[in-house]
Amino acid sequence: MMEQAFFLILATLAVGAALSVIIQRSPLYSAFSLIGVFACLAGTYIMLKAQFLGAIQMIVYAGAIMVLFVFVIMLLNIRKEETALDKYRYLWLLSIPFAATLIVEVLYTILKVTSDFTSLPEMAKRPEVGDSQSIGYGLYTGYLMPFELTSILILLAIVGSVILARREKD
Amino acid sequence: MVPLSWYLALSAVLFTIGAVGVFVKRNVISIFMCIELMLNAVNLTLIAFSSFYREVSGQLFVFIVMTVAAAEAGVGLALVIAVFRNRESLNTDDINLLKL
Repeated sequence: MMEQAFFLILATLAVGAALSVIIQRSPLYSAFSLIGVFACLAGTYIMLKAQFLGAIQMIVYAGAIMVLFVFVIMLLNIRKEETALDKYRYLWLLSIPFAATLIVEVLYTILKVTSDFTSLPEMAKRPEVGDSQSIGYGLYTGYLMPFELTSILILLAIVGSVILARREKD
Repeated sequence: MVPLSWYLALSAVLFTIGAVGVFVKRNVISIFMCIELMLNAVNLTLIAFSSFYREVSGQLFVFIVMTVAAAEAGVGLALVIAVFRNRESLNTDDINLLKL
């Protein structure tokens, strides 16, 4: 019961912060709201006993990626979104039924599929996953190839972003 | 014990908010942030299934998705800086041509 109450608090905060991301006009406030979403999601990861990814979520996402976003927003000195959607007012009205359709469809599917999901007894016998030992073991055995390819991807991204953001010489 | 469907429902709601944001927002950086929101919603689904099935693969996927998201943010923000230098604007209505 305690766990469910805690989940509901985290979920409410996450959804509220996510709505704030798309409602705020200023990109800076959107970025701060997004950090709130990431913190709440880190909490749910820890509730799912994925402690390692919860820590990574806070360190890499909220710590590194969002600082990069805030840095770029402040560097470019963007005040707020100019000329909202006055020109496209009818698209706003159109977007609401589309979003409602999407969410109803997805929720219906989830509830239909997971209503007959029961934790099988052989699943409960398996050891817990999510600590750094099981993640590290998986990364360096079965998933070694994707892990190495990811490191090459990161290297390419570093070189690419330096080249893209460099000022052209005349 | 929180049922699996609650986690999936939270993930679906966050994904929908992110998808709506991509269509509604007019600022390139805000659109980027909505994409990050959608990536995180999918990460939550993967971790929930991984935890309920006691299978580590889902969490390894999330690990790789996070690194790819970091690479995407780095390259994407470099592109934003390059575009802003040439156009002096981040509104998607002003940058609808790849040509300079």
